[in-house]
Amino acid sequence: MRSFKEIASFSRHRLALAGFILTCVLILTAILAPYIAPRSYTDMNLGRIRQGISADYPLGTDEFGRCILSRIIWGCRVSLKVGLVVVLIGGIIGSIMGLVAGYFGKMVDQLISRVIDILLTFPYILLAIAFVSILGKGGLEQCMIAIGLANVPRFARLIRSYAISIREMEYIQAVRALGGSHWRIIFHHIMPNCISGILIYATLTMGMSILAEAALSFLGLGIQPPEPSWGTMISTGKNYIRVAPHMSLFPGLAITITVMGFNFLGDGLRDYLDPRFQKSNKSQA
Amino acid sequence: MSQYILKRLFFSLITLIGITFFVFLTIHLIPGDPVEIIAGGEADEPTKAQIRKSLGLDEPLAVQYIAYMAGLIRGDLGRSLWTRKPVISEVWNRAAATLELGIFGLIISIAIAIPAGVISATRPSSLVDYCSMAVSFLGVSMPAFWVGILLMMAFSIEFPLFPAMGRGEPLLSAIWQVFQGNFEPFGDSLRHLILPAVTLGLFNAAFIARMTRSSMLEVLNQDYIRTARSKGLAEFKVVYKHAFRNALLPIITVVGMQFGYLLGGAVLTESVFAWPGLGRFIVESILARDYPFIQGALLFFGTAFLLVNLLTDILYSYINPRVRVE
Repeated sequence: MRSFKEIASFSRHRLALAGFILTCVLILTAILAPYIAPRSYTDMNLGRIRQGISADYPLGTDEFGRCILSRIIWGCRVSLKVGLVVVLIGGIIGSIMGLVAGYFGKMVDQLISRVIDILLTFPYILLAIAFVSILGKGGLEQCMIAIGLANVPRFARLIRSYAISIREMEYIQAVRALGGSHWRIIFHHIMPNCISGILIYATLTMGMSILAEAALSFLGLGIQPPEPSWGTMISTGKNYIRVAPHMSLFPGLAITITVMGFNFLGDGLRDYLDPRFQKSNKSQA
Repeated sequence: MSQYILKRLFFSLITLIGITFFVFLTIHLIPGDPVEIIAGGEADEPTKAQIRKSLGLDEPLAVQYIAYMAGLIRGDLGRSLWTRKPVISEVWNRAAATLELGIFGLIISIAIAIPAGVISATRPSSLVDYCSMAVSFLGVSMPAFWVGILLMMAFSIEFPLFPAMGRGEPLLSAIWQVFQGNFEPFGDSLRHLILPAVTLGLFNAAFIARMTRSSMLEVLNQDYIRTARSKGLAEFKVVYKHAFRNALLPIITVVGMQFGYLLGGAVLTESVFAWPGLGRFIVESILARDYPFIQGALLFFGTAFLLVNLLTDILYSYINPRVRVE
C-alpha cells in the first residue's frame, strides 16, 4: 500500500515533468517544422493517394497524396499558434476585467459580473461558435479571435476572485494610505500576486483552446484548407474511415498528446505554485 | 429558503434578459453590413432592402430590441431565411433530439463516473485509483469528435453492432409503442442512441469521476467516518450510507453544470453521427448565414443551461440547508 502511495506522489511530479518535456518537444516541433517535416504540407502525389504507413510516408498519405506526417508537423505550428494567441486574448482582456471588477467592487463589479454570468451560460464551444457566427467563418484569424473571446469570461471570473481576496490585505491598504492611485494598486500590487494563478490557468487553457480549434475546424468553422489543421484532417479523414482509417487516427493522436502535455504541465504547475492546493493534496495522501 | 430561491430566480431573470440581449446583438456585431453578408456579394439592391426589412434592420436599435422581445414573449422568433419556416418550431423540433441525446449521455456518464470515483477514493493511491484517474486524464485530453470516430470505426465498421449515422424513432414515441406491444422501434432508437451517447458521456464521465473522487476523499477523512468505522460498521455501509450521501452534494453541482457542457458537446457529437439535433443545424445555419435560426438556437442553449443551473442550485440548497450564501 505504502509503495503505491510513493509511486503515486512520485509520479505526480513525473507527470509534471513529462508534461514539461512534452510541451518543449511540441514547441521545438512547431519552430523547426520546415526543417524536420519530410515534405511540404502541400506537396501532392496523386499516384499514391490514401496509402497506409510506408517507408516513404511514415504515417501514410491523404486524399491528395500529401504526407500526413508532414501535415501533422506543420499542423503543430498552427495549433500552438492558436493556443498562444487565444491565451493572450483571453488572458489579457479577461484579467483586466477580473482585476477591475474585483478591485473596485460595488456597481463596477455588479456590471462586469453580470456580463461574465451571461457569457458563461453558453457552453464553451458554443460560445466560440457564437463568436464565429459574428465574425464570419474566415480562417485562422477569426478562429483565434472567436476562441480567445470565448475564454474571456473564464479568465475574468478567476482573476476577479483573486483580486477580491488580495484587495482586503493590509499592504494594499498601506499603499492606499500612501496615496497610490487605483491603477498603480491594480497593476503594481494586485496583478503581480495573481500571476501564478494566471499562469496555471493559461497553461490549462492552452490545452482547451487547442481542442476548441480542432473542434471548430472539424465542423468546418475554423481553419480552412489547404492550411494544415489537425481538426480539418480528422474531418476529411472521416469521409474515408472505411478505406483509410489512418487519415483521422494520427491527427487525433497528435491532438490528444498535445492537450495531455499541457494538462500535465498545468496540473504540475498548480501543485508547485498554488499553496492551497498543496495543502489539500497533503491531507488527501 | 424561499427567500434564497426568490433571490436566485431574480438573478436568473436578469441573466436571461442579458442572454436575449447578447443573442439579439449577434446580428448587429457582424463587422460591416449584415445584410451584405447575409445576401452574399452578388445580391441586387431590392433583395437587400427586402432582407433588411424582413429582419427589421431599418429601425433604430432600441426599437429593434423591443420588437425582438415582444416577438419572443409571443413565441415568435422570426422565420428561418433558409427553410422559411418559423424559427421557434424549427428549433423546438431539433432541440428534442438534442435533449434526448444529452439526457442519455448524462445517464451513461453518471453510470461510469460515480462508481469509478467512489472506488478510487476508497482505495486512494492504489492501482485501481491510478488506472481510473489515468483514464480520466485521457478522457479530458481526447477530442470528443475523434472518440466518436474511433467508436464508429470499432462498433460500426469492424464489428457492425450499431448504426454509424442518424437517429431512429424518437425515444419517447418508441417507448409509447412498447406499451402497445411494438418493441421494434424502441430497439432501433436505442441502437442509434448508443454510440453518440457513449461518445458524449465518456468526456463528461472524466470530469464527474475526478470530482466524485476528491469529494469522497474529503468526506472519508472526517472524524465521523472514523467513529463509524470504530464502532464496527461494515466498510460497505460506511462508504455508501455515511460517506457517499455527504459527498453527493458537490457531485450534484458538477453533474448539473456538466449537463450544460454536455449540450455544448452535443454540437460535435451530432456532427459526427449525423444526429438531427440542434447542434448540427446551428453549424449548418452558420455556413448558410441563417441568422434568425442561429439566434433561436443560441437562445435555446443559453436558456437551457441557465435553467439547469437554477434547478441544480435550488436542489442543492434543498438538500444542504447550510448553503444559502450569496
